[in-house]
Amino acid sequence: MANQSKKIVRIGAGAGYSGDRIAPAVELAEKGQLDYLVFECLAERTIALAQLERSKNPSLGFDPLLQDRMRAVLPLCVAQHIKIITNMGAANPQAAAQAVLAVARELGLSQLKVAMVQGDDVLPQLAGHDFALMEHEATLSSLGDRVISANAYLGAEPLVRALEMGADVVITGRVADPALFLAPLVHEFGWSFEDWQRMGQGIVIGHLLECAAQITGGYFADPGYRDVPDLARLGFPLAEVSADGSAVITKVEGSGGCVTTATCTEQLLYEIENPSQYLQPDVVADFSKVTLTQVGPDRVQVQGATGQPKPDALKVTVGYRDGFIGEGQISYAGPGAKARGQLALDVLRHRLNAAGMGSFESRYELLGVNAIHGDTLSQGPAPYEVRVRVAMRVPTRQLAEQVANEVEALYLNGPAGGGGATKSVREVIAAASILMPRDCVQTSVSILEM
Amino acid sequence: MLLREIAHSRTGDKGNRSTLSVIAYDMKDFAQIERCVTAERVKAHYQDMVHGPVERYVVPHLGALNFVLHDALGGGVTRSLALDAHGKCLSSAILSIDIGPREAA
Repeated sequence: MANQSKKIVRIGAGAGYSGDRIAPAVELAEKGQLDYLVFECLAERTIALAQLERSKNPSLGFDPLLQDRMRAVLPLCVAQHIKIITNMGAANPQAAAQAVLAVARELGLSQLKVAMVQGDDVLPQLAGHDFALMEHEATLSSLGDRVISANAYLGAEPLVRALEMGADVVITGRVADPALFLAPLVHEFGWSFEDWQRMGQGIVIGHLLECAAQITGGYFADPGYRDVPDLARLGFPLAEVSADGSAVITKVEGSGGCVTTATCTEQLLYEIENPSQYLQPDVVADFSKVTLTQVGPDRVQVQGATGQPKPDALKVTVGYRDGFIGEGQISYAGPGAKARGQLALDVLRHRLNAAGMGSFESRYELLGVNAIHGDTLSQGPAPYEVRVRVAMRVPTRQLAEQVANEVEALYLNGPAGGGGATKSVREVIAAASILMPRDCVQTSVSILEM
Repeated sequence: MLLREIAHSRTGDKGNRSTLSVIAYDMKDFAQIERCVTAERVKAHYQDMVHGPVERYVVPHLGALNFVLHDALGGGVTRSLALDAHGKCLSSAILSIDIGPREAA
């Protein structure tokens, strides 16, 4: 296909996490001349939290900003035939797909095909089996009835099916983040799922885009060292991808931020361990030979990723209840602030130990002094103000409240001049990982129309 | 000279592990960075926070080192008691190590 070799597919990143900014996604939809707009919104434990929501209300359990995002970009995307792919379905892709259709009706759109990809929820498949917990010396059964959710990281294949069925919007639950970007490339260019070089290259493009502004100058600025132009109006990125898998990462003209080999190198290695073995459901990607070349202002060319055959098992994130965290904070300022803060910590430790809570995992620290990096790295002159912080992991909400209250009680029962106490109590929803054989995971795609 | 003068850094999280890149602004400085910023040096620098081993991967053509810090995030983002549960601030701390006078011309 002669025209296939010159074809360029333009994919934009409309979100890098669930709470991400919406205005840059709108700017990208308006001016990016996109073919696809991808929203990546699922952190490790997001689905477990969404599952708890769904158990309270069966019509919830998807991303809370889904409707706001769709109201903002759907008219632009429909007018320009930009397809939307997102994992905002979280624990309830079906309800999310229906919510998208409801927004489309509210906007007066006449037609829209919304695909939902299901099958990532493997909670039922856990019954009767035990699995080793990665990074723990324990098995799944040790979590007992505390397990809330189990979701496999799906690859690009069911998303490609959804695009082949003509979907305008593809809604998924858990999918490997880069696969959200790989899918439209496989669909557009007809890449084989056994073409490990192109799979690797598609994954590197997805990996570079999936955190949105983290490649256009977000999470990068350090005044005097790494100045980022117009950070307040930071734009989101897009990739111009060729059939051979090479791509240029850029952003729309006039947006803030910058795309340089430095921003791209930081993002290339972000959350990667061994650069030559990045495990994905579609390929074991090898980024070790990737080259990044500045080919123009805010334009960086990416090529050279390769890959090895995909792993036999899929990673599954298991969400489980893991007790409670009680936390309290209070500030001290002016002369002797640090000494009074330290006295407050000593008093709190004594009181909580006396209450029988000395064996729980805890942190006693002074914000502004040693809270972030501990005592060894935290040398320097006494600060003008400090903030006492105590946090403790405990089995019950009642104990967590006791920790928080002890900090607040320093008002009347602690050193002089404590102010601005705050307290928080939260249930911990933790995440662990297991590996599941591929054949235990069955995916399905269905289309909903208006 | 502090590492900050010739390199930048980004941290990410993977379970209870932190990933940390150290990237030369100028390729000419990479040899010095590679020699000075060893896994042992990184482990010693983060002694209060990193309780497991430190692995280092070298990506010479990008002027980059990539570290994996094991048992570094208080049990992982989802259950850590730390204020910076993701370990996002670890990247700034590595830039404060002293690596001697600049060697590149």
